[in-house]
Amino acid sequence: MNNTKIHTDVDALKARHVLLKEFRYELRPVVRGYNMRTLYVNVSSNEIREKPVSEEMKQKFTGGKGFGLKLLWDAISDTTRWNDPENEINIAMGPICGNTNYPGSGKSLVVSISPLTDIPIDSNVGGYFGPYLKFSGFDAIEIQGKAERDVIVYIDGNQGLIQIFEAPAEAVDSHILAEQMVELFADNDLEKMHISAVSAGRGAEHALIGCLNFSFYDRRRKVARLKQAGRGGIGTVLRDKKIKAVVVKYSGLSGKSNDPADLDTLQRTGLKLHKEIIALDDQQCRMRQIGTAHLVEIMDEYDLLPTHNFKFGRHADSPKINSHAFYELVTHGLPDGCWFGCTMACAKAADGFELVTGPYQGQRVTVDGPEYETVGGCGSNVGIFNPRAIMEINFYCDTYGLDTISFGTMTAFIMECWEKGVLNAERTGGLDFTWGNWRDTLEMMHQIARGEGFGLIAGLGTRKMKEYFIDHFDADPQLMQDIGCECKGLEYSQYVSKESLAQQGGYSMALKGPQHDEAWLIFMDMVNNQIPTFTDKAEALHYFPMFRTWFGLQGLCKLPWNDVEPANNAQTDEPAKVPEHVQNYVDIYNAITGGNLNKKELILQSERVYNFQKVLCMRLGRGRRSDDIPPFRMMGPVTVEEYESRQDRYDQQLREKVGVDPAGKSSEEKLRILRHYREEQYQHLLNAVYKRKGWTSEGVPTPEHLRKIGMDLPEVLAVVERHLR
Amino acid sequence: MKYLKTYDEKCIGCNQCMTACSMAFFKEDIPAKSAIQVIEKPDGGYHLVVCDQQYRKCVDECPTQAITINKQGVVMINKKLCISCFACVAVCPIDAMRRCDGVLNPFKCVACGVCVKGCPTQAIEIVTEE
Repeated sequence: MNNTKIHTDVDALKARHVLLKEFRYELRPVVRGYNMRTLYVNVSSNEIREKPVSEEMKQKFTGGKGFGLKLLWDAISDTTRWNDPENEINIAMGPICGNTNYPGSGKSLVVSISPLTDIPIDSNVGGYFGPYLKFSGFDAIEIQGKAERDVIVYIDGNQGLIQIFEAPAEAVDSHILAEQMVELFADNDLEKMHISAVSAGRGAEHALIGCLNFSFYDRRRKVARLKQAGRGGIGTVLRDKKIKAVVVKYSGLSGKSNDPADLDTLQRTGLKLHKEIIALDDQQCRMRQIGTAHLVEIMDEYDLLPTHNFKFGRHADSPKINSHAFYELVTHGLPDGCWFGCTMACAKAADGFELVTGPYQGQRVTVDGPEYETVGGCGSNVGIFNPRAIMEINFYCDTYGLDTISFGTMTAFIMECWEKGVLNAERTGGLDFTWGNWRDTLEMMHQIARGEGFGLIAGLGTRKMKEYFIDHFDADPQLMQDIGCECKGLEYSQYVSKESLAQQGGYSMALKGPQHDEAWLIFMDMVNNQIPTFTDKAEALHYFPMFRTWFGLQGLCKLPWNDVEPANNAQTDEPAKVPEHVQNYVDIYNAITGGNLNKKELILQSERVYNFQKVLCMRLGRGRRSDDIPPFRMMGPVTVEEYESRQDRYDQQLREKVGVDPAGKSSEEKLRILRHYREEQYQHLLNAVYKRKGWTSEGVPTPEHLRKIGMDLPEVLAVVERHLR
Repeated sequence: MKYLKTYDEKCIGCNQCMTACSMAFFKEDIPAKSAIQVIEKPDGGYHLVVCDQQYRKCVDECPTQAITINKQGVVMINKKLCISCFACVAVCPIDAMRRCDGVLNPFKCVACGVCVKGCPTQAIEIVTEE
């Protein structure tokens, strides 16, 4: 692939390892998708043990994110913060995970208390770690404590062996470390495919937006590639625990590793979707060609592509960074699934990509991506319309262990602060944050990795930067609140939600913070007008977050649900739900577990975990109504510049929706009226959605609702009672 | 390249080839388990579906590189590497890569020629082309 060779001296690495703990466990096959045990590892005390999974835990929490949250709840106190030793990083997968038949079945769900939000973050990530951990014998790994010196946790799923050892010589940056892990633990070339490492990078040591990289070895490229558990700073937690890597090795994957109850149905359902993807993807989403980057031109067309810190939704230069531009850069014709059997194959990568900045300048590397979110965040939102620059930002974010979404959104905030004079060269140590300045954007990232300069301030993330700019640079608090695009402390992902009230809710009510994986309702709401009333919107903001939560309970990817649709989907009763695909999920769940789930009970599984997560946020002092309020930039025009850029639209809304004649009014006045109207609408939305979800007007799940869904556990009710008093 | 050449116009639909194939590889006579399929055409006559060893889309699609081309040019599946995802079945443009209930892995014609002897009309033959 014409990459610069990474030389690994295995003997030199091994010579410096110090074994701290070794633990042997009994190998047992997976039964109907479950191991019924989890793995506990404490890197303070070096304790390693198995924990049984009770039948009740399975019933209430299902798996994946449900297991991760349950283990986290039991491990922490009401006052635990992200960098306390008792905070955990829990990686779980779920019963469907690891099957090789149905596209998108290899996801791991990572849960931890976030350094950005002080509440649980959950992140859904590809790569081979979750499935291999499962087939090694565990439904989750729970990592607690803080090591004194850098350690690696190694799980050998064929030997039934777990080790913790000091690893001072290994790299921290993920693209090197992942290669080193493959060289260290694979006994031959074939085994490289059987290794997966979880790691972060040097950036995660100095910033709160650290991500985790999950590796998957690409036999054709001969490269250990990386997928990210991006959101919420879990990479920061990993490095705070002084963990360089968590590594699993498992050989022996087969088409029945999950011990499915009905192999034929599993195979048939998977093959049906494979065929659908092969037949329709070229005309629908082009995932196999260019992955999620196909969205760039669609979002631009609908005025949804975040541009200049979400001020606008399109830009004249966006064709320079659309899917066709990236198509030129990535390698084609390879089966780019991040787990075996995913024919959607959206995990695109460029090879032999020559870096022009930073510590790896001049080297040729494989860059995983960019995905749409990275193009939006590190491209249009910061005014960078240079595809190679976006690729380089993508590469360094990954290897440094930084979340491209948070990095993009917070850099957009920095650039607007520069534009508005809040920042200047004196305050940034000479960095110039004019829109589109990719060199200084990268330099800021290198500063983060080195732990110096303005990079340290930027690495705090948007919420803490707002406070910093108010305290140190006398910034206007209202302006900071309006244009710093975070909610609950997490940076927004890359869609303009101004014209979709439902999406404003989808973002800002999302339990972990504004990530679109709970709900993406913009087309239903804004484009197709399918959910016009508050009741409609509330129903959508109930159903879709619950349905999408289920992916996280099972170890599934969302994309094969609706990024390919059956040819007759538009003729079904509820096209937005993609009914045939929902039935597929019910079928494969039953085929693997031997269960008897239906579409309604699927939602119930999610509701239990969703409400549990909500109450966990409340237990940690958050989860309040006030935590669900977006910054106004995500709800409408903050500035006259924005208003006037779409004046016809906003004037029309004043006339038709607000009942105010815009004629003769100044832009400032119209802005005020529109803002007041939209803020009021949002409060109505909150009322309607909370009611539909079975919560009080303060967003507290009622005991009756918890009883109804079977989540009336004593510890949950105790927290709720405290908040109802 | 070695492959099973078919002559649809000679086929009489006796299914002897399917029996031979299924018996050879699965020890039982089940038409769905044959790597060659005799399809009755709506307007009369038969169409023989079998791997021509040419398209090789399965080779590119296989995530574990379990599918390779041997020295004779025949597309082969290494069952030790196959993880039964059936992506190969989905991408095959002529439906020659097969899946059958009760069988863990995909299967296909390996140009062994066992079916040829049983064909009463010489509708199939093993040929080797450069």
